Amino acid sequence: MDLFEYQARDMFEKHGVPVLGGVVATTVEEARAGAESLGGGTVVVKAQVKTGGRGKAGGVKLAGSPEEAAQAAAAILGMDIKGHTVHRVMVAAGAKIAEEYYFSLLLDRANRTYLAMASVEGGVEIEQLAVERPEALAKVAVDPLVGIDAAKAAEIVDAAGFADDVRDQIADVVQKLWAVYREEDATLVEVNPLVKTEDGKVVALDGKVSVDENAGFRHTDHADLTDVEAGDPLERKAAEKGLNYVKLDGSVGIIGNGAGLVMSTLDVVAYAGESHGGVKPANFLDIGGGASAEVMANGLEIILGDPQVKSVFVNVFGGITSCDVVADGIVQAFALLSERGDEITHPLVVRLDGNNAEEGRRILTDAALPHLEQVDTMDGAAQRAAELAAREA
Amino acid sequence: MAIFLTSASKVIVQGMTGSEGRKHTSRMLASGTNVVGGVNPRKAGESVDFDGTAVPVFGSVSDAMSRTGADVSVIFVPPAFTKAAVVEAIDAGIGLAVIITEGVPVKDTAEFFAHAEARGTTRLIGPNCPGLISPGQANAGIIPADISGPGRIGLVSKSGTLTYQMMYELRDIGFSSGVGIGGDPVIGTTHIDCLEAFQNDPETDAIVMIGEIGGDAEERAAAYVAEHVTKPVVGYVAGFTAPEGKTMGHAGAIVSGSSGTAAAKKEALEAAGVRVGRTPSETADLMREIMKTPPA
Repeated sequence: MDLFEYQARDMFEKHGVPVLGGVVATTVEEARAGAESLGGGTVVVKAQVKTGGRGKAGGVKLAGSPEEAAQAAAAILGMDIKGHTVHRVMVAAGAKIAEEYYFSLLLDRANRTYLAMASVEGGVEIEQLAVERPEALAKVAVDPLVGIDAAKAAEIVDAAGFADDVRDQIADVVQKLWAVYREEDATLVEVNPLVKTEDGKVVALDGKVSVDENAGFRHTDHADLTDVEAGDPLERKAAEKGLNYVKLDGSVGIIGNGAGLVMSTLDVVAYAGESHGGVKPANFLDIGGGASAEVMANGLEIILGDPQVKSVFVNVFGGITSCDVVADGIVQAFALLSERGDEITHPLVVRLDGNNAEEGRRILTDAALPHLEQVDTMDGAAQRAAELAAREA
Repeated sequence: MAIFLTSASKVIVQGMTGSEGRKHTSRMLASGTNVVGGVNPRKAGESVDFDGTAVPVFGSVSDAMSRTGADVSVIFVPPAFTKAAVVEAIDAGIGLAVIITEGVPVKDTAEFFAHAEARGTTRLIGPNCPGLISPGQANAGIIPADISGPGRIGLVSKSGTLTYQMMYELRDIGFSSGVGIGGDPVIGTTHIDCLEAFQNDPETDAIVMIGEIGGDAEERAAAYVAEHVTKPVVGYVAGFTAPEGKTMGHAGAIVSGSSGTAAAKKEALEAAGVRVGRTPSETADLMREIMKTPPA
């Protein structure tokens, strides 16, 4: 889960990383009050969105007074930045910047370890720096069992070539950022820019943190970091029902079991769609191993709640789960949906294969459910679902 | 001969007394796996009956190993306790630990992986994986043993259900071993480890590798194939339609910016001479051509 900048700032502060004062505001009045609480002087009003390029989009404004901060907030709140609506701004104390640096800590999947990256050339697009001047970006492997101790911090500082006047401060800050990374179960901690102010202090001016949702069991406070307003309403509803659903923009609703098989199903549908007017999958939905009637009904309800959906493809491979159980689940799901007043009005193509597939298919044939047809292969069923979606469109 | 797991393997189950552990121990036994014990410190000395087979419960992995000669552990314990269970298995010096549990924090995995590397005695498979099967010999995990019998194809996959799907499509040819390496950002055994083992396995003639979006494991595997694998390899990659920045079910299945895309993986594999199918069935057909077996 990616955090907002103000959440990252608060997390930094909690672990002793030097930051400037900052207040989050969701209204113009809160922004004015925030600027006042920071002393009434110059502040920066920054859009809080989980995407880059907000500066270029006009989402960061300097304000010389609380009144100007209010005006800046009025301009920024509600703004759309790369598809993200700005619901809040952070009013941050201004700083006189002498130098800008870069630091990040992240998971190195390939080497199954952590990686610290640092540069004395911060404040720029780091991906660009990495491509254009890789020698300016120091990369230092961090052993997960050791972390960033004083020796590792010194290694990072040396590798990046920090000047003598800031080395001790930087070494201290990177150890504290390691504490954020480790103690908060982060998968990314990035500070860009990390700055030296005109009075020689090192401060984290902007922060990006991602935390591991799988570690939520030991960070009950992380639940509060979830942005309930963000995301698609159907995704939110699916999450409430414990379903693993991702909204896409096509017209073939997809239900399957197992993340890999569902991803594959999306691809096979898109591939089939090429010969049916470019029909695409409408969503990712993995109902997992045990496809109970309730899970199936909830899944169908979410998918049929998407107005773009014209047909549904239920693709199940009976591995551990037996297909007759899945078929029973589908039959009961129809009944459940009917009870809820959600009649199925779109064609449903079902492919059951694997463990006890014949019995599963027989159950569905006998049930003679409206709008449901069976195709025995994944590729054939994808073709049929794409064809039906194209026909309904 | 198969890879990593054979009929000679002696398997213990950490978490055998829990519901998932019990269910899958029963299935492993039914498929002929030599399950010699379970581990649960609170139930040491007891035994669990599986259709007339009494499997003893030991207080620790090292106790189970010294009493039974176990060399494989399958781990079913919940995410909050997985790291401790894996560390215990590593410290006991077991040769292979298969971590089925889904939802293990990546920090825990990074730490127990580093620990295993430092000790140098334990191969880890997983976490968040279905385990591995050497059909007709042994089954360490949750891959259904009745999908396919023994044969000469080796399979390595990030995905459980795509493993099942592929084994089902090619069940008439059969498999030496099928290894589900898992879909987490950090995993123990990789595609490359399996490719190397299959290349060296005299009972494997051809390899099917299944990848998905996220990371660059497939690209690195492609480079490995080009350099070291002389046996035919076919590939499949899932996630061409996945949007950027969204996790698709598996914690590791995410396209970040322009990295980790299915298209880049397919391209890398094809450049290494690996034929890549557009669907699982098409991939199975490519394997049929290699094995000169007509569709079933």
